[in-house]
Amino acid sequence: MGKGIFVVTVPDQGTIRKVAFEILSEARKIATAKSEPLCAVIIGKGVAALAGKFAPYGADKVYVVENDLLENYTADGYAKALADLITREQPSIVLAGATVVGKDLMPKVAARINAGMAADCTAIGLDGDAFTVKRYMYSGKMIADVKFQADKVAIATIRPNVLIAAAPDASKSAEVVNVAAEVSAADIRVKVLEVVKGDAGKVDLTEAEVIVSGGRGMKDASGYGILEDLAKVLGATVGASRAAVDAGWRPVSDQVGQTGKVVSANLYIACGISGAIQHYAGMGTSKVIVAINKDGEAPILSKCDYAVIDDLFKVVPPLTEEIRKLKAD
Amino acid sequence: MNSIVCLKQVPDTEAQILATPDGSDVKLDGVKFIISPYDEYGIEEALLQKEKAGGGEVTLVSMGPARAVEAIRTGLAMGADKAVHLDDEAFNGSDAQAAAKALAAQIKGMQYDIIYCGRQAIDDDQSQVGPALAELLGLPHTSLVTKVEVAADKKSVKVNRQIVGGEEILEIPLPCVLTCQKGLNEPRYASLPGIMKAKKKPLQPVKAAEIGIDAGTVGAAGSGTRVVKFTAPPTRTSAKIISGESPEEKAANLAKALREEAKAI
Repeated sequence: MGKGIFVVTVPDQGTIRKVAFEILSEARKIATAKSEPLCAVIIGKGVAALAGKFAPYGADKVYVVENDLLENYTADGYAKALADLITREQPSIVLAGATVVGKDLMPKVAARINAGMAADCTAIGLDGDAFTVKRYMYSGKMIADVKFQADKVAIATIRPNVLIAAAPDASKSAEVVNVAAEVSAADIRVKVLEVVKGDAGKVDLTEAEVIVSGGRGMKDASGYGILEDLAKVLGATVGASRAAVDAGWRPVSDQVGQTGKVVSANLYIACGISGAIQHYAGMGTSKVIVAINKDGEAPILSKCDYAVIDDLFKVVPPLTEEIRKLKAD
Repeated sequence: MNSIVCLKQVPDTEAQILATPDGSDVKLDGVKFIISPYDEYGIEEALLQKEKAGGGEVTLVSMGPARAVEAIRTGLAMGADKAVHLDDEAFNGSDAQAAAKALAAQIKGMQYDIIYCGRQAIDDDQSQVGPALAELLGLPHTSLVTKVEVAADKKSVKVNRQIVGGEEILEIPLPCVLTCQKGLNEPRYASLPGIMKAKKKPLQPVKAAEIGIDAGTVGAAGSGTRVVKFTAPPTRTSAKIISGESPEEKAANLAKALREEAKAI
């Protein structure tokens, strides 16, 4: 084994998710240390136009895996296309973003080719010749150092917003290998009947760089208006605590925490959130955490970087204005 | 409508998890255990679909140590009909893929229309078992399901699935594997009569050899990954309290600190 470090991307409506560049940048170091080629793998229909996006982040080679049947993501179709490529090329490790697609696709591929797999990792490295990753367990309450066993292909999905994308070098180029995926209609058993897009401009919480989140202190659904305003000036995504979701103020897809989404933002602003262990578990790896809470005893105040102890309804609107001014400068 | 629900016993969401001094393991003595919350959605959905179909059986399959019986009995008390407990030292140290192999070996010979899994167990947080189990059984799967509608001919199921910025509506032929997401339903509590009845429901312990598993393919020996060290995540030492005479002044000072000190905006 050991014929390359693979970084797999499934483009979403013609765009590549940022996590792909974050992974490539980190994987470049490992590929160099192991003297193995760094290969980007892009899967879909009509995705060849994106092949040039990877070399600036260090890819030596780009596999463009296409088939008309891969127009919509299906676990069946994509797993077959990717597993066939892995079986043929025998990379030593296959990396992908821990996105909704990555989390669905990679465990199936791992089972298909009998690989070892670790999901939602926050670091990748080497211990001698063996691949290692770090990942959170117990919803952020524990960090596990995981070592891959040498007798299997290694697969890891990587949490978005954790690794740092290098500055792209436009002078770099990569060999492009076109692969016609052998997928037939019979392989794809799940039929996509309809795709219902919500707010198209909304960045998913798991990939958001800035999050403004509200909890029980928002009092009701209409309270979120001031958070939406703050989010707009920050280019942020609005999140919610479990209490707010259970009260019906926000949809389930907005929930941050142990039984919601695990996020890792550059800036996380928690408004009216007490900071129960389950909530912290879902956002504790964010780089800068701000709490705005009128309760000076709220647990979140001991787990954040900046705290404003005051009525959030009086603090958030002027904060929005201040940030608007700063951003205009 | 016959269903199988894969269930895992995990530490309560409230539990503090600490590493042993040498970091080789986590300390779980004294910790309260529960059914992983996403698995409860699976149990509830299986019960709802059985009620809707007017018949069938709901079977729980769980891999875990002796203490897992408590979670299995809770699932039976919610209304499941019977349970299988994969309880063997050979399974110890299984990673997610190895766990899927053990479950697949057990489920292979069973009768079912739908297998429900939680979207992830909230201890390992891998989200691997559902899709891997489906692959090993040769079945289609869909993850993050928030709505399930079985077709009148009981040959397929229409599901809603959460995707980035929206949802997908999919049709999957039966049998299949579904992983359950919050929003699918509201799991019922075990009633007192349910708890009494659960004590008499069949709960079959199963060893690796009985389901034809070679010990080398599961447990630590059969796992492609191994946790070599557990450490507590770094904690934030103390927050900087933003001062100010008024909410407006605090807001201004916060914006300034985020801009100049934290460089976060």
